[in-house]
Amino acid sequence: MEIDPFIFRLSIFILSIFIGYYVVWSVTPSLHTPLMSVTNAISSVIIVGAIIAGLSGNSESVFNHSSVFGFLAISLAAINIFGGFLVTQRMLAMYKKKKKDKK
Amino acid sequence: MISANLSAIFYLISGVLFILALRGLSSPETSRQGNFFGILGMIIAITVTFLSIGNFSSGFIFVLIFLLLGGLIGAYIAYKIPMTAMPELVAGFHSLVGLAAVFVAISAFLNPDAFNLGSPGNIKLGSLIEMSIGAAVGAITFSGSIIAFLKLQGIMSGSPITFKGQHPLNAIILISIVALIYLLCSSQSSHLFWILLTVSFLIGFLLIIPIGGADMPVVISMLNSYSGWAAAGIGFTLENTALIITGALVGSSGAILSYIMCKGMNRSFFNVILGGFGATEQSSSSKSKEQRPVKSGNADDAAFLMKNASSVIIVPGYGMAVAQAQHALREMVDTLKKNDIKVSYAIHPVAGRMPGHMNVLLAEANVPYDEVFELEEINNDFANADVAFVIGANDVTNPVAKTDPQSPIYGMPVLDVEKCKSVLFVKRSLSPGYAGIDNDLFYKENTLMLFADAKKMTEDITKNL
Repeated sequence: MEIDPFIFRLSIFILSIFIGYYVVWSVTPSLHTPLMSVTNAISSVIIVGAIIAGLSGNSESVFNHSSVFGFLAISLAAINIFGGFLVTQRMLAMYKKKKKDKK
Repeated sequence: MISANLSAIFYLISGVLFILALRGLSSPETSRQGNFFGILGMIIAITVTFLSIGNFSSGFIFVLIFLLLGGLIGAYIAYKIPMTAMPELVAGFHSLVGLAAVFVAISAFLNPDAFNLGSPGNIKLGSLIEMSIGAAVGAITFSGSIIAFLKLQGIMSGSPITFKGQHPLNAIILISIVALIYLLCSSQSSHLFWILLTVSFLIGFLLIIPIGGADMPVVISMLNSYSGWAAAGIGFTLENTALIITGALVGSSGAILSYIMCKGMNRSFFNVILGGFGATEQSSSSKSKEQRPVKSGNADDAAFLMKNASSVIIVPGYGMAVAQAQHALREMVDTLKKNDIKVSYAIHPVAGRMPGHMNVLLAEANVPYDEVFELEEINNDFANADVAFVIGANDVTNPVAKTDPQSPIYGMPVLDVEKCKSVLFVKRSLSPGYAGIDNDLFYKENTLMLFADAKKMTEDITKNL
């Protein structure tokens, strides 16, 4: 008997939860805010669904009732992707070590 | 156009890059590289999506336009936002992820052919279940985050909003969501799909309004988790590995953060979610309020105390963020260090309005991160320190959490500030903190209260040093 592909996806999902569990516990508490902003950015990979939806119209009508929602979702996800990664970058750039040599 | 197998491999690669992005955050040195991996993963995912559809007609132009439009807005916000507004920003971003998930689900429901999910009115059962769960969780994330945003921004009052029958109402709505998903999957009716979305928006709103301002760290982490589960739900619908991996990562990340925050307050997750903490406790504390003598001082006294100290521990709290006092504080510490006084910072897990809030603010003010310590690391040092400088924190220093089993915060881990030789409290008034209870520390023999705006007081102290 063949295994339903859903089972494979479920396996990936469950194993990823475990990876997430161990990886996130190793995040230092002082970086919890950047952790939230970067998870925000990466969860916006949902944009791939939005792009499929946006391109679902045919050449005569780019905008149909389904692709409009796709285009809106693209913009929302793009705000998050750019905003999330850039603000994380900005925060991480501020974390500096003590200068060893005192003047 | 690239084959489905090849694109699946690329999605897997971008999923792995996202794991590395989170892994990088285990230390500040590797974190910037981690962020770069995240960006790379995102670029791969988006490029592969374009290539696998292979449709570069007029629709493609519009996709790019909307992508750039959103990107410009996002980049603008990222550069303009002050660090003190980070909790609001994150809450706002969560709402966008939620709404994007809802939109993708709507689009897939209206035009399932484009996603290979069947035809309208005849969507594959598995896909429909995944889609409706993704849409419902996305809608809850959206409306919940909007409320969290409004509360953090101060547009909506931070105090809990409770009414009679709140919990039964929420329970009924949650059950009806499950029932709606079941009915939707058996009937494929589009009416039920819209009703499901509306009800989910409503419950997100109702779930967050009874939760008070200082519980926001838990709420933000929880919504972070929801946004991940919503993405994973959509990932199953689209059969997309990158989305499934990311959703699971974000989902567990948010859940762990909520757990850490709850532990920092010694409260159970359900206790926080059921809400109304501040409102119920206020009545009991007002009864026991009696006038007790406090010692209050001015900047000159504080400067004198600190000048004669050999080690000082700074305890920042939400009040520092409100007063934007982090830069003034750093200047004060610089002056102290010039006088060969050892200074370190002690951060309570729930200080501020989101996990790690204080650390970011101190980093912004150029405080080196190896001078900043977590509660467990530094708590034993208070006994050996001369001065504790508490700026904008209150409940997290209250010794009552260790001594009085009747107290609502009993059992909460607190910073042992009272063990210092002397304690300086920068505060606007004697009013109790969020938990609504009096802080015994104010009336201790070795405590000096500095009643002023946190920023102004620290500046004045620096002048007097």
